[in-house]
Amino acid sequence: MTTQVTAASASREHRPQVRRRTPHRGAIAALVAPFGVLFALFYLLPIGYAVYQSLLVVERDGTYGEAREVFGGLTQYALVFQNEAFWQSMGRMLLFGIVQVPVMLGLALLFALLLDSSLVKGRRFFRLAFFVPYAVPGVIAAIMWGNLLSPNLSPFKALTRNVDLLGADLVLWSIANVVTWVFVGYNMLIIYSSLLAIPAEIYEAARIDGAGQLRIAWSIKIPLVRPAIVMTAVFSIIGTLQLLAEPQVFQSFSSAVTSNYTPNMTVYATAAIPNTNLAAAISVVLALVTFVLSFSFLRFTQRKAQS
Amino acid sequence: MSILVDPTPQQAPADAHAEASSPRGPRDSRLSRTGAMLVMGVFTVYFLVPLWWLLVASSKTPGDVFTTNPLWFADMRLGENLGELFAFRDGLYLRWLGNSVLYAGLGGAVATLIAGMAGYALAKYRFRGRETIFNIVLGGVLVPATALALPLFLLFSKIELTNTFWAVFLPSIVSPFGVYLTRIFAAASVPDEILEAARLDGSGEMRTFFTMSLRLMSPALVTVFLFQFVTIWNNFFLPLIMLRDQSLFPVTFGLYGWNTQLNQIPELRTYVLVGALVSIVPLIVTFLSLQRFWRNGLGAGAVK
Repeated sequence: MTTQVTAASASREHRPQVRRRTPHRGAIAALVAPFGVLFALFYLLPIGYAVYQSLLVVERDGTYGEAREVFGGLTQYALVFQNEAFWQSMGRMLLFGIVQVPVMLGLALLFALLLDSSLVKGRRFFRLAFFVPYAVPGVIAAIMWGNLLSPNLSPFKALTRNVDLLGADLVLWSIANVVTWVFVGYNMLIIYSSLLAIPAEIYEAARIDGAGQLRIAWSIKIPLVRPAIVMTAVFSIIGTLQLLAEPQVFQSFSSAVTSNYTPNMTVYATAAIPNTNLAAAISVVLALVTFVLSFSFLRFTQRKAQS
Repeated sequence: MSILVDPTPQQAPADAHAEASSPRGPRDSRLSRTGAMLVMGVFTVYFLVPLWWLLVASSKTPGDVFTTNPLWFADMRLGENLGELFAFRDGLYLRWLGNSVLYAGLGGAVATLIAGMAGYALAKYRFRGRETIFNIVLGGVLVPATALALPLFLLFSKIELTNTFWAVFLPSIVSPFGVYLTRIFAAASVPDEILEAARLDGSGEMRTFFTMSLRLMSPALVTVFLFQFVTIWNNFFLPLIMLRDQSLFPVTFGLYGWNTQLNQIPELRTYVLVGALVSIVPLIVTFLSLQRFWRNGLGAGAVK
């Protein structure tokens, strides 16, 4: 017992010295502090504040009494779970993600592999041409495609006059097309640059063994660029759940896009009522779902890689 | 010293590799080569036709937009349309463009510097709490920025800063992804020996950082700047929720506003189209001029 106490107090005496021995403390503080302060103010504080707001309810004395915010526990969260429009929008985004993310990343991988093969001439041109849409903001891309798909303005009137691409059935996939158009080239470049990092000697061995292009792509290249694909997938999942600008613009082109079409639109519409406490609770639930989905995707792919 | 002269030493092999990589497989059959070029050709059309359409539509009178071939020029009126757009409502559009340049250009630069400082410190110094800080920042990468928009609005309205320049600018200068990327890059490209040598020469830590390490980190910094620039330029939720005063709008948000009024004010259509075209130009110019940096920096985040 005694020895333990002395050991504990001894280490307590030593610790400050160890800490003082960290060299360049001033420089470290000066380098980290600006980011640290801003991160705390504009990331951590808002997260905390959203959680706090989501725990409040508005109470009134009578119908016309003054509104007061009081602690309401998980009342707002119960309302979120009963909020059918919100869960519908979540379901819509899930469907969107299950189709759009694999299509987009599949195309990106295909283009990256083609650029990396000897099959394609004029790589520099294709790389740029496919990447240019990434420089187009979501709002602008949606305005462009909204016009291109509308029955009156479209250069493809033969198609758009016969198939209602902006109707309730298809508008989700028209929005998916906008997102795909913007982001395929970006994802292609990420995968492509990690293909370039593979040393050429690896292919020599495979070629001597008689492996063809397809075989090399499937058994060597794709496994080696897995981390890049996983990263693009995580960012795509996050992006899907956060969809806002494109559907918001599409409201001008299609009456099928309601003000609760995506989770973030629901947040905005709820905050505009104004029902900020419920909107805060929706924000928190949305952030949690996003985090859990992207995190478990990472876990899942890592475990698969190990086994 | 040679490293100081050439700030991007590890780029050379990647570039050489990229350009000299034609013999990367067995001899290809003509069929697969044609197939590959066909795929690339079809998708080139898919990616470029919308932009071509926008350019063509921007050069027409409001009537011609509906009646003439959408993919070819009629009366060339691009100059006049531009002039009218810039003069419309006392140059509101130019004001928006200026706002965007300020939000995205200045915001991106500040965000990059701050993230670079933190990433560098996390990579090159050992101190207590280093891993904790890095893990919190990594968590921040996974927090979607749109989840912050509403609480930021509530907080800014407490201090009556909504509907101001700062409401959009301040949240934009925090980039956890930038810290992540610069940390990885600094660990690999700023050798400890150089820092030790600088110390022996009597250079202070901050001076070493600003005169030497920043230059060594420049490929990563350009990448972070570009991404932050694009993120801010494209940001929609923050202006949507924060700004009411038209004169503070970034250009994308202003165009969104005009687009929603098309049913009431059809004359706005030409302005929306020409404005959309003009708003893309700065981004494309930025990307093209910084191409050699981001091409290689882009993959850095994926290498673990």
